[in-house]
Amino acid sequence: MQDLSRLPAWPGPGLTRVPFEVYRDRALYEAEQERLFRGPAWHFLCMEAELPEPASWRTTFVGETPVIVSRDGQGALHAFENRCAHRGALICLGEGGRGRRIQCVYHAWNYDLEGNLRGVAFEGGIDGAGGMPEGFDKSRHGPRKLRVAAWCGLVFGTFSPDVPDLETWLGPEICARLARVLGRPVRLLGRHRQMLPNNWKLYVENVKDSYHASLLHSFFATFRLNRLTQEGGVEVDESGGHHVSWSRMQTDRPNEDYEKGGLRAWKDDYALADPRLIHGRDEFGDGVSLQILTVFPTFVSQQVQNALAVRQVVPKGVDRTELLWTYYGFEDDDPELAEQRLLQANLVGPAGFISMEDGAVGGFVQRGAAGADGLDSVVEMGGAGTESQRGRATETSVRGFWKAWRAVMGL
Amino acid sequence: MSGLQDEVDGLFARYAMAIDDDRLEDWLELFAEDCRYRIASRDNVEAGLPVSVVYADGRAMLADRVSALRRANIYEAQRYRHVIGRALVEAGPPVTARAGYHVARIMREGDVMLFSTGEYRAAFDEALRIREMTVVYDNARIDTLLALPL
Ligand code: FES
Ligand SMILES: [Fe+2]
Repeated sequence: MQDLSRLPAWPGPGLTRVPFEVYRDRALYEAEQERLFRGPAWHFLCMEAELPEPASWRTTFVGETPVIVSRDGQGALHAFENRCAHRGALICLGEGGRGRRIQCVYHAWNYDLEGNLRGVAFEGGIDGAGGMPEGFDKSRHGPRKLRVAAWCGLVFGTFSPDVPDLETWLGPEICARLARVLGRPVRLLGRHRQMLPNNWKLYVENVKDSYHASLLHSFFATFRLNRLTQEGGVEVDESGGHHVSWSRMQTDRPNEDYEKGGLRAWKDDYALADPRLIHGRDEFGDGVSLQILTVFPTFVSQQVQNALAVRQVVPKGVDRTELLWTYYGFEDDDPELAEQRLLQANLVGPAGFISMEDGAVGGFVQRGAAGADGLDSVVEMGGAGTESQRGRATETSVRGFWKAWRAVMGL
Repeated sequence: MSGLQDEVDGLFARYAMAIDDDRLEDWLELFAEDCRYRIASRDNVEAGLPVSVVYADGRAMLADRVSALRRANIYEAQRYRHVIGRALVEAGPPVTARAGYHVARIMREGDVMLFSTGEYRAAFDEALRIREMTVVYDNARIDTLLALPL
């Protein structure tokens, strides 16, 4: 158990000030692993499409904890820690595999796909010498298991026996929005892995921060893909922790606040030499060209035109974070749409026209926060609350994150 | 054959120096009009998964990449230093080649890191312009962001 008194105090009752220590404090980072990642929250493990066959498994993470997620011979999903019950080696190295047993390389203890210890090498000794003591009960040894549930092909797990079932935890709005972009059988298109030089929360805040999008990412604004003047909004769930921000294309109109602000928004002389890149198809039939959704604490679902992906945010230390992107389309994509997804993958990812900056800004804050213990950042755009709002000039979902984070952390 | 070998090695050298000198407009000149260029992880390429971190279907899209880097995208000042191994050339036609690379990234403050290793897989037209190129990077993770082409 972490000692509460060593953790930084939250400044006042509200959500409009965030102490810089939350990105820097080692004790707090450890407390997050225990209270949040091994605590009462559901965590994204993988897509079901990544475990297409019975008797297969993949490695993943919940916070820093290595986890195996598997599909048993009957097709049911399971998850358990990727840590051998013997001396604690990783049971699985690598990304995954197939078969009904998983064997640790160190001393060859093996497990079934539910995470039960099945075999201990030389359990009876060799030539009557050595071996495990008589009373050793394999059923009482094994990696910790997670509860597992799936929604729309997304597999989540939790160490908590108390957190409500996944659908309740997601809530109807998030369930519906996920179903919107995951409504058909999925085809995997590939993965990107990216290391971010910042605390994991800075990336999650960045995803929730719809305010920055058209200011930091000027490629977006230049081509009128997404400006604050577009029709759109930010929905925040009751807990604060989940959000959806969305906007609808081709509703753009001139806005004086942009011009007055001297922002890098309009460059009328700037035209794409090949505009096929931004010619998206309204594949969901509702005109919504951008939907960014988060599930507390570290899952992101992305629709940027026809570039569909999920992102998993994995803390790797107080100031290091791995970002895992999994791109997908649908099995019934026609060749034109399949190609369009690959072209529009240029918009996002580590080299994305409208997302590469997000790989760096968290590091700018991390570096800026050096020496700032005792000081706070300001999160007041759009007021002090966490209610859903029209328009995108708001930080309501960032405050929502802190509402949910404070609740689970008890701070 | 040694003439072709020299030409291909020379082309990769010009490719690297154009990027390292921040002459991306000159780098574009090495590509055929109807080229396809992509930067993809070894993991995806070997798994047959088609997504890339950078994908251009035609030189115009590559040119858009360059103008976005010049005018739209924001990234900290950085340069690369390429070291490219001798190309393994197949006379074809078409002429194809593979070559290994190391790319160090140098940030404005002078910090240098080995940013990427990998290989170029290229096919050329008769004028020895790049018709098809896949940069297959070995490093599973991209540090911070990828702005300049590899
Ligand atoms: S640590 Fe796994 S078998 Fe010994
Ligand atoms: Fe962003």
